[in-house]
Amino acid sequence: MTSQTDVRLDGAAELRTEREATPGSAGDRRERPEAGPEKVYDSYYGRPVLNEPTWQEHDIAGYLFLGGLAGASSTLAAVAELTGRPRLARVGRVAALCALGGSFYSLIHDLGRPERFINMLRVFKVTSPMSVGTWILTAYGPQAVCAGAADLSGRLPRLGRAATVGAGLAGPAVATYTAALICDTAVPAWHEGFREMPFLFAGSAAAAAGGLGMLAAPLSEAGPARRVAMLGAAVECVAATRMERRLGPLAEPLKRSRLLRAGEALSLAGALAGVTVGRRSRIAAVAAGAALLAGSACTRFGIFRAGMESANDPKYTVQWQRRRLS
Amino acid sequence: MGRVGFFTDTSICIGCKACEVACKEWNAVPEDGLAFTGMSYDNTVSLGADTWRHVAFVEQRRPLGHQEPGVGDMDFRWLMASDVCKHCTEAACLDVCPTGSLFRTEFGTVVVQQDVCNGCGYCVPACPFGVIGKRESSGVAAKCTMCYDRLGDGQEPACAKTCPTDSIQFGDLDELRERAERRLGQVREAGTASARLYGHDPGDGVGGMGAFFLLLDEPEVYGLPPGPVVTTRDLPSMWRHAGVAAFALLAGVTAMALPIWRRRG
Repeated sequence: MTSQTDVRLDGAAELRTEREATPGSAGDRRERPEAGPEKVYDSYYGRPVLNEPTWQEHDIAGYLFLGGLAGASSTLAAVAELTGRPRLARVGRVAALCALGGSFYSLIHDLGRPERFINMLRVFKVTSPMSVGTWILTAYGPQAVCAGAADLSGRLPRLGRAATVGAGLAGPAVATYTAALICDTAVPAWHEGFREMPFLFAGSAAAAAGGLGMLAAPLSEAGPARRVAMLGAAVECVAATRMERRLGPLAEPLKRSRLLRAGEALSLAGALAGVTVGRRSRIAAVAAGAALLAGSACTRFGIFRAGMESANDPKYTVQWQRRRLS
Repeated sequence: MGRVGFFTDTSICIGCKACEVACKEWNAVPEDGLAFTGMSYDNTVSLGADTWRHVAFVEQRRPLGHQEPGVGDMDFRWLMASDVCKHCTEAACLDVCPTGSLFRTEFGTVVVQQDVCNGCGYCVPACPFGVIGKRESSGVAAKCTMCYDRLGDGQEPACAKTCPTDSIQFGDLDELRERAERRLGQVREAGTASARLYGHDPGDGVGGMGAFFLLLDEPEVYGLPPGPVVTTRDLPSMWRHAGVAAFALLAGVTAMALPIWRRRG
């Protein structure tokens, strides 16, 4: 480096004698008995190793829920449309439209510079789930809006039908990429759960979409919604249980989470009620659907909070890495 | 221009915080609160958007080499270390940045472009060292640039320039690694057996750090992760799992609407 600085790249260490100082070499320490086992230090004054995610809970956990609801609702709408259930299809389309609006609001609201949202579209990076997600939303969003708008306005039915199918195909990607998004971080409870998280999210999304279908569609057409809710709740619970088992000590924040327990209970109760009494009673179907929606929201907020907790306690970072190293 | 870096030799750090001050001054890093923490002489606490160099102080009841503290049988040593962005070879912050704001410079360092960052905050939890943060005042991510502006002008970074004991050494990364090996031998021979290098190995979880350290205790004692791994190392598997889950969702919803369920309503 040609410069006027005193950077020395020639290895001539004698230029600065301080570099050669050997602390602890002075003095002639007496031999002394061992002072018992050494204290194990887990961290620097108990401070977290990681910086806490700056994401606001109501925005990002809210988006995890709304994005899942939107994606799975679009898929349910497409399937309903193709199997001759127009009112269930309408519920799915309108739900997707509303959830998508909420999603965009949350995402943009959480940016430090909301007016620069467009900067997301400068690049496509497969190493960044947020970049991939932006493009998934870019493909999905207009179709979901088109499907919803065509339905509500009653115009351009063919375009609406095509958009319904298109959004239905893109919907599952919207519902599951968010799992890769939160797992692709150094947050211990999120990162290490990356094998089960996409299934947990897919199940939770299906349970929410099924719940909304049950809540708003007539009993005669809500059959698929009830079954989707049941399947989704089951997958969600199995994925959560497997994740908690596999993570061992890292699962503590997940196991402690009352939100996650409430989410599982609400989802399973809602799903069971849906496929039993919900088939005959409109009131029961509405209650079961509401429970499913609440359950899915609880699960997403619970996952979000458990991740925050695992990032804020250095033991989850340090002990996990020590275990891997040893 | 080859890859440059920092070798921070904590055995000769005197905890003066000149690096913190020089960094703040040169880079116009805003003040980020001054609270009494009771953490020895450390009120800076940790790295973040508004702290790009952080001097850790650790007090231990252990001997430092052959040193006699001169207070009876009591053992005492003080560990001081100036922490900084590691400018990882495999940098998670750079990988996950969805705008391309974070980039690799011609010096091999990792820098945020303030005018491209939109404040999404993804880099913050991606960093396994807790280095990068989102600045409150501007809403965008900020961290050590290894004085990118100074490097371009042939100057060494402000922290290294100001370090009075040369604990922070700047230079060609390969040369620094050799120097660090020599120094490690010297410190160990002088009686400090607990000395070790941290981040010098290109085979580690982040492909080697552009800023690496000679430490006198375990990394976690200084607030450093003992075995950091870049989060994107598992990303191919994450995408596979997410892909399978998406197809399962599509297939599951479709299956639940098939006519086979008609009989049972």
